Amino acid sequence: MKIKDAKKPSFPWFGMDIGGTLVKLVYFEPIDISAEEEQEEVESLKSIRKYLTSNVAYGSTGIRDTHLELKNHTLLGRRGNLHFIRFPTHDLPTFIQMGHDKNFSTLHTVLCATGGGAYKFEQEFRTIGNLQLHKKDELDCLVKGLLYIDSPSFNGQAECYYYENAMEPEKCRKMPYNLEDPYPLLVVNIGSGVSILAVYSKDNYKRVSGTSLGGGTFLGLCSLLTGCDSFEEALEMASKGDSTRADKLVKDIYGGHYERFDLPGWAVASSFGNMIHKEKRDAVSKEDLARATLVTITNNIGWIAKMCAVSEKIDRVVFVGNFLRVNTLSMKLLSDALKYWSHGQQKALFLEHEGYFGAVGALLGLLDVD
Amino acid sequence: MAACSRIGGGGHSMDKSITLPPDEIFRNLENAKRFAIDIGGSLTKLAYYSTVQHKVAKVRSFDHTGKETEDEPLYEISVQEEITARLHFIKFENAYIETCLDFVKDHLVNTETKVIKATGGGAHKFKDLLEKKLKLKVDKEDEMSCLIKGCNFVLKNIPHEAFVYVKHAEPEFRFQTTHPDIFPYLLINIGSGVSIVKVESEDKFERIGGSSIGGGTFWGLGALLTKTKRFDELLQLASRGQHTSVDMLVKDIYGGAYGSLGLTGDLIASSFGKSATADKEFSKEDMAKSLLHMISNDIGQLACLYAKLHNLSRVYFGGFFIRGHPVTMHTITYSINFFTKGEVQALFLRHEGYLGAIGAFLKGAEEDSKFELQGRRLRSVVSVPGADPNQYSWGENYAGSSGLMSVSPDMFPMQRTRSGTLQFDMLEMDRLERQLVNLPLLLDSSSYIPDTMDLTEDAMAREYWLSCFEEALDGVVKRAVASQPDLQDARERAEKFRLKYRHKLQTLRHQPCAYGSLTVRSLLDTREHCLNEFNFPDPYSQIKQRENDLALRYFQKVVRSVEMLNWEDRQFALVKGLLAGNMFDWGAKAVSDVLETDPAFGFDEAKRQLQERPWLVDSYSKWIERLKGPPHKCALFFVDNSGIDIILGVFPLVRELLCRGTEVVLASNSGPALNDVTYNELQILTERIAAMDSVIHSGITKERLILVQSGSSSPCLDLSRLDKGLATLVRERHTDLVVIEGMGRAIHTNYYAVLRCESLKLAVIKNSWLAERLGGKIYSVVFKYEQPSK
Repeated sequence: MKIKDAKKPSFPWFGMDIGGTLVKLVYFEPIDISAEEEQEEVESLKSIRKYLTSNVAYGSTGIRDTHLELKNHTLLGRRGNLHFIRFPTHDLPTFIQMGHDKNFSTLHTVLCATGGGAYKFEQEFRTIGNLQLHKKDELDCLVKGLLYIDSPSFNGQAECYYYENAMEPEKCRKMPYNLEDPYPLLVVNIGSGVSILAVYSKDNYKRVSGTSLGGGTFLGLCSLLTGCDSFEEALEMASKGDSTRADKLVKDIYGGHYERFDLPGWAVASSFGNMIHKEKRDAVSKEDLARATLVTITNNIGWIAKMCAVSEKIDRVVFVGNFLRVNTLSMKLLSDALKYWSHGQQKALFLEHEGYFGAVGALLGLLDVD
Repeated sequence: MAACSRIGGGGHSMDKSITLPPDEIFRNLENAKRFAIDIGGSLTKLAYYSTVQHKVAKVRSFDHTGKETEDEPLYEISVQEEITARLHFIKFENAYIETCLDFVKDHLVNTETKVIKATGGGAHKFKDLLEKKLKLKVDKEDEMSCLIKGCNFVLKNIPHEAFVYVKHAEPEFRFQTTHPDIFPYLLINIGSGVSIVKVESEDKFERIGGSSIGGGTFWGLGALLTKTKRFDELLQLASRGQHTSVDMLVKDIYGGAYGSLGLTGDLIASSFGKSATADKEFSKEDMAKSLLHMISNDIGQLACLYAKLHNLSRVYFGGFFIRGHPVTMHTITYSINFFTKGEVQALFLRHEGYLGAIGAFLKGAEEDSKFELQGRRLRSVVSVPGADPNQYSWGENYAGSSGLMSVSPDMFPMQRTRSGTLQFDMLEMDRLERQLVNLPLLLDSSSYIPDTMDLTEDAMAREYWLSCFEEALDGVVKRAVASQPDLQDARERAEKFRLKYRHKLQTLRHQPCAYGSLTVRSLLDTREHCLNEFNFPDPYSQIKQRENDLALRYFQKVVRSVEMLNWEDRQFALVKGLLAGNMFDWGAKAVSDVLETDPAFGFDEAKRQLQERPWLVDSYSKWIERLKGPPHKCALFFVDNSGIDIILGVFPLVRELLCRGTEVVLASNSGPALNDVTYNELQILTERIAAMDSVIHSGITKERLILVQSGSSSPCLDLSRLDKGLATLVRERHTDLVVIEGMGRAIHTNYYAVLRCESLKLAVIKNSWLAERLGGKIYSVVFKYEQPSK
């Protein structure tokens, strides 16, 4: 990246992605601060830096994903650590209030934000936090952030990976993937909803499709069906359940494969199809329901992604977004589904910083700001 | 994928307490054969082939060699028994399957059938019951193949089978004209899951995709979320709910629209997204609605992706999720519109519920016909009764079919249970004697619409015609009784006819789209079907005979009087004669009143009653100019009424055309309708005219005047369903002029039909309401001569 040395934005450097469910925050912590700089650093800036870097949790819901931290990273000619923080969108008012309390507005910082919340909460940032947001387009940021981070090295390990033998617990391996030449690439961003982009070059991409059946649907349905409170809890339940008790499989209808159409007996014929029978509703567990919800949403996304990949003639599909966070179950399902239904032609890829690319893209927006 | 639910549970849910009205439901079981059954999640569809013995009026020429007496009638009318083929399809709830099978077994006599074709998810569960009850061997057929076969069959044979659904519009159903080539198309079957099938030809189809999120997901998840057990109750809940309280919309994330992507604020960003964050209770209605949207949108999106990938624009939806439910038809339509920006329309089918049963039946029939063909080679049997149905054209019998949503077993189960009556839905299809094809002279057969006025769109016209047909009912009943003076039960049958037809009219008043677009033609055809149903095959046979007889006596006089005129006057006299002749029409109430009370109302009187030129529609001058040019190569003439119309109106003009050097093809109805001249009658009449007129005689012998049958038995004319022989002849003779005569054929239908060649549409408006609507008075003349644009 070409760095303009002349005029660097003043610290702190933030990038923010305010989604429907989660706020993703990227913070650049400079580690090349000279003694002179340290002296000049105002109290409020120091306090923010200390607060963010010395904690891994903020309040009851904010979390710093330390395992994602990019150490000793160069940005805009400065060296530092890139921190990745997230908290629920409904706690955003608390965050703005904190900004107010910590005199954030006196720092003359440029706060780049993307995601729908950048528009929805713009007013609140201004009136309560006395902060002017620099709004960035969500998909621009996503593509920008993704292409920035996917460089081969992430603290010495690969950013991009795939699953080998996804459905065989014994033989399943997480394998690094070299995404040096990323184009063309189909990007499936699974947040509350899903956006699917075809990326042909750094500046050439288009949104080809999307679906409202996304992470929000999984969590929403799960909490209605099982009473769970969090994504983690929902995933925990799903990991213990058996979706075939809720789903109706091809073999449940045809007694085996449906040969006329080459459908395997294990394929799901009807998601939740068994739940139309009272006795089966009575027998099913919450864990089974959570699992069925996860499988339904995941497979549906996989199928739509597959269709888009065929129609765009792109074989590499990278899945990102916070739905995949700690969700190896879905990643393995996607890997397998794409491979099976495309007869091995398409490949499902994943990135370590799955949910943070929008925020990174917003952070890179600092470059464009005068 | 199969809807395979609610079938289990053994026999405890069976309702055996009902008794079936035998005349109305499983009809014609005496000669029934070749059974097929499609057992779905909640409904069973039974299909069988049967022969219907009914009366037909035949005319036979007397031997006139030598002496001819004055009082001997022109020809002999006899009523004969004829056997025609009919397909029966009956739909009922699975709960009644045992009762229905018992009933069928008890009434099934004289059948050689040994096998029943079975399809649908429930076929294997009911296999034992079927074999035990019917003593037939169950032969299972692949569900999807049956579905496709059935779909092809209805698309080919039932006009107005497919429709677009528009909520809150008047009418809500927009029927599609049958495209001559139905392939390729996409069929999206939404059962428990979703199957997406690309159909390329009769035998070639492929399941190109599918989804597990389908009707079973709506039902299963809906039951879990709302504790509501029944599918239709869930739909009712959904229709009352608000999805916006459960779904996360674009505006919930953005505060408004996402402008740069063109995503509006009301768009669903995340289905059930609000229930993930908000800690509150959601109403059953709202959750059901959100679920319905989620599933409909997902299916719509997949359908569009596949339609685009395979470059297909015709997309039909079926399966129990759709089956006539306005709620799901609306959400699917909405979704398709959204994803294709209006480029693809979601199409639904009137007989969607029967596709599997029809397909299974056809499979059996094909196998039988192969077998019979082998047998034929050995035994040289002349006719193969009921051979492969695909080799014939079929027509929906309006008398025996329930019609869309007039009775729908799966619509209001609660209501029905309360009222205690058992509802069956039926479809009956008659095998047509002739194979029907498009008139090759239609400019664009895919956009041709026979009917001039769609009464489903025009409430005022609908009201008028429904009342008009109701008022005419007394007269029709009277005529029917009078036509069979020797038969004692004529009155009783005529009353049954009255009840049946009145019931049809009431149904249509309540649901105008029951049989496709409501038109004057469909009202007339329904009446003919109902008359036939009660063995009144030709109520006008004697009247036609008397009038033909009378008119023949004046033929030579009329010809002589025309021949005396100079060329220009003669042309006008011929046209006037044709129009005057056309006033003699028992189909129009105003005329039938005059004819019944004043038999002296003659040909000359009619001419005096005719409107003076300029006529209501008048391109006579253009016609005369054209006649001054070279003669036409060949004229195809669709004739109308018996008697004065055909003999004194049409024949003199035909004679003139022959003299000019134009060949003439006279097309008349294959079967009787009102007082329209039938092919058989016209053969006798032509013979008689040829005997006294050398021009007609030489025309016949030199094959420059040819009689053909239209393939129709309707007072109207559908140029997309004509006898194959007629179409061949039209091509061979290089027909360059089409004459269409009469209100039914040239006004109610074909008024706007565009042909590749010259056309002449002429009629006298014998209905004051219609005349007024067209801006004229009763007995106004329409003379519409058109040349194809170059």
